[in-house]
Formats: sequence, C-alpha cells, structure tokens
Amino acid sequence: MKYETQKVAYPFFVAALLLFVAQIIFGVLAGVVYVFPNFLSEAMPFHIIRMSHTNLLIVWLLIGFFGATYYLLPEEAEVEIHSPTIAYVQLGIFVFAGAAALIGYQFGIHEGRHYLEQPLWVKILLTISFLMFLYNASRTLLNGRKTAISTVLLLGLWLAAIFWLFAFYNPANLALDKMYWWYIVHVWVEGVWGLIMASLLAYLVIKLTGVDREIIDKWLYVIVGLVLFSGLLGTGHHYYWIGTPAYWQPIGSFFSALEVLPLFAMVIFAFYMFWRGQRDHPNKSAMLWTLGCAVMAFFGAGVWGFMHTLSFINYYTHGTQITAAHGHLAFFGAYVMLNLAIMTYAMPHLRGKLPYNQMLNMWSFWLMTAGMAFMTFTLTFAGVIQTHLQRVMAINFMVVQEDLELFMVMRLISGVIVLIAVLMFVYALLGRAKEQVPAEGAPHIAPAAAV
Amino acid sequence: MIEGLTRNAARNVFYGGSLFFFVVFVSLTVHSHYYIVTQSTDSAGLNESVRHGKEVWEKHSCINCHSLLGEGAYFAPELGNVWQRYGGLNNPDAARAGIKAYIRIQPTGVPGRRQMPDFGLSDEELDALVDFFEWTSRIDTQGWPPNDAG
Repeated sequence: MKYETQKVAYPFFVAALLLFVAQIIFGVLAGVVYVFPNFLSEAMPFHIIRMSHTNLLIVWLLIGFFGATYYLLPEEAEVEIHSPTIAYVQLGIFVFAGAAALIGYQFGIHEGRHYLEQPLWVKILLTISFLMFLYNASRTLLNGRKTAISTVLLLGLWLAAIFWLFAFYNPANLALDKMYWWYIVHVWVEGVWGLIMASLLAYLVIKLTGVDREIIDKWLYVIVGLVLFSGLLGTGHHYYWIGTPAYWQPIGSFFSALEVLPLFAMVIFAFYMFWRGQRDHPNKSAMLWTLGCAVMAFFGAGVWGFMHTLSFINYYTHGTQITAAHGHLAFFGAYVMLNLAIMTYAMPHLRGKLPYNQMLNMWSFWLMTAGMAFMTFTLTFAGVIQTHLQRVMAINFMVVQEDLELFMVMRLISGVIVLIAVLMFVYALLGRAKEQVPAEGAPHIAPAAAV
Repeated sequence: MIEGLTRNAARNVFYGGSLFFFVVFVSLTVHSHYYIVTQSTDSAGLNESVRHGKEVWEKHSCINCHSLLGEGAYFAPELGNVWQRYGGLNNPDAARAGIKAYIRIQPTGVPGRRQMPDFGLSDEELDALVDFFEWTSRIDTQGWPPNDAG
C-alpha cells in the first residue's frame, strides 16, 4: 500500500461483506419458502424476504464499489484521497440508510416498485451519500494523474448516480412507470456498471500481470465502447411487452444479442493478459477471482441473457424462472465476483500482511461458484418446464409451480452451499491469518515487489 | 484485431459512439413516451380510482410476489391479465366480485400452499385495485401473454 489514505477502503469492505452475509441469509430464507410455503408466512411474508434480499445486494455492491474506488484511486492518480473524513461520513450515511430501510421492511414500511422499495427519505440519504462520494473521488482524480482506468471508473459511477435519479419519478401511467424504471435497472447493470466492471478488472489485471498500461487502456476503451454501443439500445429487450412500440422487438433483439460481445471480450482480455504477463504475483486467489469474474459474467450475463433475449423467444419465457436463473448468475458473475476479486486483492495490503488464507479463499471460490452454477441450472430446468406448461400448454400458474418442486429443493441445497462458501470467504478475509501463501507458491516474491 | 488501433483512437470511438447511441436511445424513448400516452394506454381512463389502485398495489409491494406484465417476482401469478382470467371481458361485475373475494379470503392457511398475507384492504381500496387491474389489462402489450394462464 503506497498511499496512507487507501486504508479508507477497509471499513467499506468490512461493511460490504457483512451485508453480503445478510443478503445470502435472506436468499436462503426465500429458498426455504419455495420448498415449505408456510414457513414464516405470518412473521416475514415472501415479499419482505425478497425485497430484503435484493436491496441488500444492491447496497453492498455499491459499498464495495465505493471501497474499491477509494483503494485504487490514490495509486492511479498518485495523490492521497481528497478527504478521508468525507469518505467515512459518507459510508456512515449509506450504511445507516441501508440498515434503516432493511429494518423498516420487517415492519412493512416500504414503497412498492421492486428494487426501489426504500422510503423516500432513505432514497434521499442514499443520494446524498453517493454525491459526497462522487465529490470526494472526483476531487482526488482532478488533483492527480488521470488514467484511463480511473476516468472510466468515475464516469461509470457518475452515470450510475445520474440514472438513479429516475427512482424519484413514478408516473401514474403504469407503462411509463415501467419504461423509466428500466432507465435505472437496465442502464445500471447492463450499461454504466459495465464501465465500473471493465475498469476494475483492468486495474486488477495491471496489478496482477504487470502488462503495459498502454495495451490495457486500449482494451478498456474497446470493451466499454462495446458495452454502451450494445447495452443502451439493448434496453429494448425490456420494452417488448409493456405498452411500448413494436419497433423495440427488432431493435432490442439485435442490440441485446450484441451485449454478449463485450462480455466475451472481457474473457479474452483477462486470459490473454495473464498469459502474456510476466509477473508471478503471490496472490493466487485474487487471480482466480479475477478470471472467474470474467468467465462467470460471460456465462451468466452473456449466455444466459442471450438465451431469452430474442423477442420471439422472450414472448414465451418472459417472467418465468428462466429470468430468475439469468438474474442470479449474471449478478453473481459480473458484480459479486468483481467485488470479491478486488477485496481479495486489496485486503492483504490493507491489513499489512502477505497474501493469507489463500487455500480457504480458493476453496470458497470453487464452492461458491459451483453452488451458483448449480442453482442456475436448477432454475433453468424449472424455467424451461414452466415455459412449456404455462405458456405453451396454458396450464394454470399454481398447478405448474407444484410440478417444479424438485428443482426448488435442489435450488435450496445449492443456496445453503453458497451461504457456507460466503462464510468461508468472510473468514478468509477478516479472520485470523493462518497460512501465508499456498504450498507450491513459496514466498519467493516479497510483498513489496508485488504491489 | 486490436493492433492497428491506437489508444487515443479507441478512446475517441468510445466517447463518440456512446454519445451517438445515447442520443438514439433517448430519442426512441421520447417517441415511446408519446406512443404510450396517445396510443397504447387509455390516458383518458386513468382516473382517480386507477391511480389510487396503483398506490394500493405499491403500498403493499405486490410486485415482490406477483408479476405485472411479466415483471416482478415469479412467486405468485401474473396479474396483468387477471381481469381476463376472471372473465372481466364478458361479465365485469362477476370478475370484480371474484377478484375481491379471492383477496379477502387470504391467507388460506392450507398446508403446503403458498400463502398470501391479509393486507386488511378496505372495500374502497379493493375496488381501486380492481380498477387498476382492469386499466392495466387494456394496455396494448403486443399480444403478450400468450394465453390466459399469464
């Protein structure tokens, strides 16, 4: 760690990890309700569990992005963070608002659009915190060297904040409501968050492989170009059946099919750079998460997205378990693994130790990835059956759901495995450091040489 | 594939291209906004009761179990066409009474069956909610869903 204020990232990562654990606990609870429908039906009905699960996801991912930005910005800009105080206050506000929303949900205090259930005052606090972050990070960037990585990262975060403002607009006309709702949800995860993902991956690749920045920068611009060229009009794949014009069917089909390209480019980029790179970085688990992120994002967001994105297929699959399968693997591959990769890389520096607990971290990688993959397979099979029975055979929804029980049992099992893997990950990062490096990677490189 | 491209050229293509696609995207949504207001939805019929029904829908976060025009959770049935499913096209009064009665008897408490909570809706709120469903069922959704099962 070259710069003192990089340590600002530490409480962000700790908060993100704790909320991650809570998110997965709510996920497992929801999985239990699918198998035992009477479970908690009075104390905590399904809609409360689900909004807790999805909101925690968004909140911890954002806190992770904030932490990642504070960690890499001093190195990229070659200056200290403008104001660590603003950073800590901003984190406090964000965590307080997120926790207040979560507790309120348990008492039925919420708004009604999915992912945007936070009460108005919570939304305002989140916005204030986000703007404080952007001010702090932008001031830091303007004080120092402006690299492609930090510029693209901040552009992504600024655009995320700007599109978030549509959360305050809720027209009475349902079709309008839905159309602008996607301005937040789609433009975030399949648009501007792509800039955050590509720039954080590029940072990790530079650090872990030592490949020349000139080459990395060029790849970064090509990838984020592909993200927005395909992703913006790719929003059209949500505009097929909600009262929007028919021209979205060809436009959305064509451009969202192209959304696979930037994801594929990220896989090629990551593997090519690791193959080319000369540096034998001791943090093997960070390398594993970085490569894993690119690969699983390609499958979750790319392949599973493409599976139901063409309008004539989506006509049958829209709003079935196919969507749930895609949503789970896409979020996990693209954004969860990205955060875990950067935490795995940064934590040893933040805690002032050699890469540690690597074996446990790598076990959690394989267990978590396998669990998520299995969950995705079970939901995909459930979705295919549901699509056929309900959309083709016109059988009643609840009757069809009873036929999916086997898959829901298997999904619950995979969810429990993911929870175990998450706890292993948290212990590997925050717990006592037992091992220094994996057995075969004897400490022939001093940590200082591997920054 | 990338050798012939300089870093600055890549950067300029990114900024220029993104701006271009952003303008196209916003222009199309502006047109879609106009299309929704004038063609695909019943703007004139968007009365106080329908608005109130949407508020009831949101207050209880129905979207976190049900789906509406295919969006939401997938835990409970699609409601964008619940009006048709209850025969509202042929017999509106019976459909209204049927939907209201169904909501009133929740939760069923039947073991092994998904439970919908009792939200304690008043008669006026139930009517508004049904008006919202009826209004929603008339949105031109390009023929979706494929059948009454939703």
